[in-house]
Amino acid sequence: MKKMTYAEGIREAMRKKMQEDPSVLLFGEDVGKFGGCFGVSAGLWEEFGDDRVRDTPISEGAIVGAAVGSAACGLKPIAELMFVDFLTVGMDQLVNQAAKMRYMFGGKINLPMVLRVPSGGGVGAAAQHSQSLEAWVTHVPGLKVVYPSNAQDAYGLLMTAIDDQNPVVFVENKMLYSAKTDVDENELKPIPLGKARIAKDGTDVSIITYGRQVFDALTAAEALAKEGISAEVLDLRSLYPIDKEAIAQSVGKTHKVVLVSEECKRGAYTGDIAAQIAEEYFYDLDAPIKRVGALNTPVAFATDLESYILPNARDIELAVKSLFD
Amino acid sequence: MKITNEQLKDMYLTMLKIRKFEKNAMDKFAEGKIPGFVHLYIGEEACATGACAALRVDDYITSTHRGHGHIIAKGGDLNYMMAELFGKSDGYCKGKGGSMHIADADKGILGANGIVGAGHNIAIGSGLAIKYRKTDQVCVCFFGDASTNQSTFHEGLNLASVWKLPVVFVCENNGYGISVSQKRHQAITDISVRASAYNMPGITIDGNDLFAVHEAVGEAVERARKGQGPTLIECKTYRWRGHFEGDMTVYRPDGELEAWMKKDPIPRVEKYFIENNVMTQDEINKLNAEVDKMIEEANKFAVNSPAPSLESALEDVYSDIVEEGRVR
Ligand SMILES: Cc1ncc(C[n+]2csc(CCOP(=O)(O)OP(=O)(O)O)c2C)c(N)n1
Ligand SMILES: [Mg+2]
Repeated sequence: MKKMTYAEGIREAMRKKMQEDPSVLLFGEDVGKFGGCFGVSAGLWEEFGDDRVRDTPISEGAIVGAAVGSAACGLKPIAELMFVDFLTVGMDQLVNQAAKMRYMFGGKINLPMVLRVPSGGGVGAAAQHSQSLEAWVTHVPGLKVVYPSNAQDAYGLLMTAIDDQNPVVFVENKMLYSAKTDVDENELKPIPLGKARIAKDGTDVSIITYGRQVFDALTAAEALAKEGISAEVLDLRSLYPIDKEAIAQSVGKTHKVVLVSEECKRGAYTGDIAAQIAEEYFYDLDAPIKRVGALNTPVAFATDLESYILPNARDIELAVKSLFD
Repeated sequence: MKITNEQLKDMYLTMLKIRKFEKNAMDKFAEGKIPGFVHLYIGEEACATGACAALRVDDYITSTHRGHGHIIAKGGDLNYMMAELFGKSDGYCKGKGGSMHIADADKGILGANGIVGAGHNIAIGSGLAIKYRKTDQVCVCFFGDASTNQSTFHEGLNLASVWKLPVVFVCENNGYGISVSQKRHQAITDISVRASAYNMPGITIDGNDLFAVHEAVGEAVERARKGQGPTLIECKTYRWRGHFEGDMTVYRPDGELEAWMKKDPIPRVEKYFIENNVMTQDEINKLNAEVDKMIEEANKFAVNSPAPSLESALEDVYSDIVEEGRVR
C-alpha cells in the first residue's frame, strides 16, 4: 500500500479538483509560490498560475468574504486561513454571511466554498496560534464542518467539500501535516460528509473522536488491550453532518463512551455530542459519559506546560479505566 | 530636535543590545533551545531605537510578532526576555507567552502580538485612556507594511484622527509580509499616503537612519502631547533574516539583501560618532564588549531559571480563578 502525508492528501485533492473543474481556485496568505505556511499548497501555483492560486494580502475579512462572494457568483473557491486562530478576523463573513445567506434568501443561493483552517497545538506557538475552535463553527447552523485525521480521508473529504453546495469549514491539524498514513489508491475518491469511520473495532468501550486525537485514542486502545479492555475507536471525520447512526451502533455495542477532542473542555463540541448521546441513547449506557479535552486555559508557550494543557493518550487511557473501576 | 551626546550613546547602546540579542536568539533557536516561532528584527534596529528614544517611561507602545526590538528599546529587561524565549519561569510571561507575547506593563509595553493588525486598535484604546485622564502621555503603535491591509489599520487611523488621540503610528515597511512583496500586497509604494485619507500628517523616512526616525517620531510625539492628534510615519527598512527562523527566503530577488546590508543602520551611526567625536573606535569596541557580556548574562539567567511548574499553567487565566488541572 502507498503512504501519503496528510498534507499531500489535501494537496492532491485540491490538484485533482482544479484539474477537473475550472471554477475551482485557491487563495490565502502565502499559498502561492511560497506553498503555504505549512507547505500544503506547494507546487500548485507552478501548475495553475497566478489566476487560480492567489496570494492575498493579510486581510482575513477579505479572504473569507471573497470566498463568500465568489461562491455566490458561481465559483468554487478554496480559501485558506494561515491559522484557525485568525478566523476571528474573518468571522463576520463566515457566521453572518456564509452561514446565513441560503436560509435568509429562501434557499435561492448556493455557496460552494471551502474554508481551510490549520488548527491545534503542539508546536510551541502559544495562545494565539494553537487553538481548537471547532465548537464555534459547529454551533452555527448553515456551516458544515469536516476534520480529517489521515491522508486518505483528507483527500476524499476535501474532494466532496469542494463540490458541496454549502460552506464547508475544513479543519486541518497542523501536527498531522507530515504524518504518513496508508492510502489505498483504488479508494482515492470522494468520501461523503457525515460518515464516520471505525479506526479500530472493539467491544468494551467506544472512544469517539476525530483529528489528531484518533492517533492518541489508538495508542490508548493498545495500552488498554494489554489490560483486557477492548476499545473501539470511532473517527467522526465529519463533525456536521454527524454520523449518529455510527455513534448509536457503537454505543449499543459497548455501552460505554469516552469522547475526546483537543478543544478546551468547556464548551467543546464533545459536550454537544455527549448531550445527544445522553438524550437519545441513555438506556444503552451502563456508565457515565466521559470527556477528555484540553484544560480550560489558553495554550501556554513552554513545552511542558503545553503538553500538560493538551490531552494525550494517557488521559484517554485513564478516562476509560475510570469506567471499569 | 537637539540630541545630546549622552542620548546618542544611549541610542547606540540600544541598537547594539537589539542586534546582539537577536543574533543570540538566532543561535539558540538553531540549537533547539527556543521552541515555537521566532521573528527577528536584525536590520530594523534604527526604527524601534529612534522612536522609543523620543518616549518617556510612562508612554506606551504596542508591538507585533517581530517585537524584541521594540521591547528592548522601550527598556525591556534582557534577562527576563531571554528567559521567556526559553520558556522559563523567570521569563516576562512566566514561560506562558514566548517570543511573540512579551509585555511589560510597568514600562508601558502593551505586548508583542501574534495577531497581525491587532495593535492598531489597542493603541486607540491606549490613546483614549490617555486623553480621558488628561495626561500628556502618548502611545506609539508599531506595525509592519503588510498589516496595513487589515481593516484594523483603517479603523484605528480613522478613530485616532476623529477623536484626536495621542497616538503615533510607526510603520516598519520592510517590503514584505512573509513571502509577499509590498508590490503584490498593495497598489501603493508609500504607505504614508494613507494618512491623507484620515486627515492626519503622514511622512515617509529612511528607517535605517536613526536620526531621521528619532526626529520624525519626536516631532509627532510633541504634537500628540499637545493634543494635536495622531501622525503616520512610514520607516523604509528591511529584515535581514527570513520572516521567521527557518524561512529559506526563496522569494527574495538576488542581491536585494546585500544591497540593504550596505545600509546597515549601526555602522552608519558609528561612522557619525567617529567623524563628530561622539565616541572613539576604542570606546565603541568597549561598548560592544559590554553588550556581549549582557547577552551572556541573559543566557545564563535563562538557562539557570527553573522550568515553570505545571500548576502555573492553571493560573493567570483570570485574576481570581485558578483553573482545574489534571492527574496523569
Ligand atoms: C491576523 C493574522 N493573520 C496572519 C498572520 C500570520 N502572519 C504573521 S506575521 C505575517 C506577516 C506580517 O507582515 P508585516 O505586517 O509586514 O510585518 P513583518 O513580518 O514584515 O515585520 C503574517 C501573515 C497573523 N499572525 N495574524
Ligand atoms: Mg513587512
